[in-house]
Amino acid sequence: MVKAAAEEIAAQDFDSIVASHRPQIFRFLLASTRDVDLAETLTQDCFLKAHRNWSGFRGESSALTWLMRIAINLQKDHWRNRRLQFWRHARTNSVDLDEASDWLPSGERTVEQQLLAKEKVAQVWRAVENLSERQRSVFLLRYVEELELKEIAETTGMGEGTVKAHLSRALARVRKEFGNNREQD
Amino acid sequence: MNHWDENAMGIRSDEEERLEPELREALGNFKASVDAWSETMLSRPRQVKAPTRASWNSLTKWALGSLVFAGTVSGGIYENHRQQEAVKIEAARIEDHQRELAAQHPKDEEDLMAKVDSDVAREVPSALEPMASLMEESENTGN
Repeated sequence: MVKAAAEEIAAQDFDSIVASHRPQIFRFLLASTRDVDLAETLTQDCFLKAHRNWSGFRGESSALTWLMRIAINLQKDHWRNRRLQFWRHARTNSVDLDEASDWLPSGERTVEQQLLAKEKVAQVWRAVENLSERQRSVFLLRYVEELELKEIAETTGMGEGTVKAHLSRALARVRKEFGNNREQD
Repeated sequence: MNHWDENAMGIRSDEEERLEPELREALGNFKASVDAWSETMLSRPRQVKAPTRASWNSLTKWALGSLVFAGTVSGGIYENHRQQEAVKIEAARIEDHQRELAAQHPKDEEDLMAKVDSDVAREVPSALEPMASLMEESENTGN
């Protein structure tokens, strides 16, 4: 009886965790893959895995950090399997970079400003695409999820120094992309 | 305005503090576009796909197909095996029969010879006695 009640409370807790963190996990996976279906699938897998291991979660890190760690691992597994299955599934559902940058809200910009801003966003996407898997994760956790360096270190299992180094390289790549574009203009 | 413009994110690396305004704005817009995209995708009614069912269907078809194929092949193999067994049994039967006949043949021959001997050993009928005596004479004369 007591056990059943405890399980019900745990289930309710988990429901609230799903409700509050699902948008963040989905957003991170969407930005990482640029594939809506894949991001949805990996988000579901992430919460399924979290639910199975919920009793083992001791709250040493925040629930978000724990969930992000699961999401990153699932993503790694996915790409690893995909590399193995390359000849069977060469097709990708990722949207192209221009389409991804079309989602920028217009705000109070003029048409010209809006076009310029979209172009800059597309350049950031291009830079992100060329990052290594780790650099991309660190970059997105910092500039999309706005996690602190310490949280990124906990999530990725890297030291803070390593996280800073990856961020620095990622920013250098974005700057280079901006520079290349200026030269073309 | 976003977090990056407001400097409200808490701990930042030194490099982040020195971000150029152009880069800072681009990063803010990048985040805004990902947010908008993600929110739109999350709030849309999700299409229910049934890839699992489709794969189960094809799996069932494959299973049934394999079953029929296996049945046909094993039926053929069984029939072939059965025919070979029947041929073997028939061959064995014929061989036994021939062996019996072969065993019986010398016995018949012996019986026949015994019959001939007994016939020869019988006394000559009285009507043939003059001829028999002639045979004895010719034997004595060497003719």
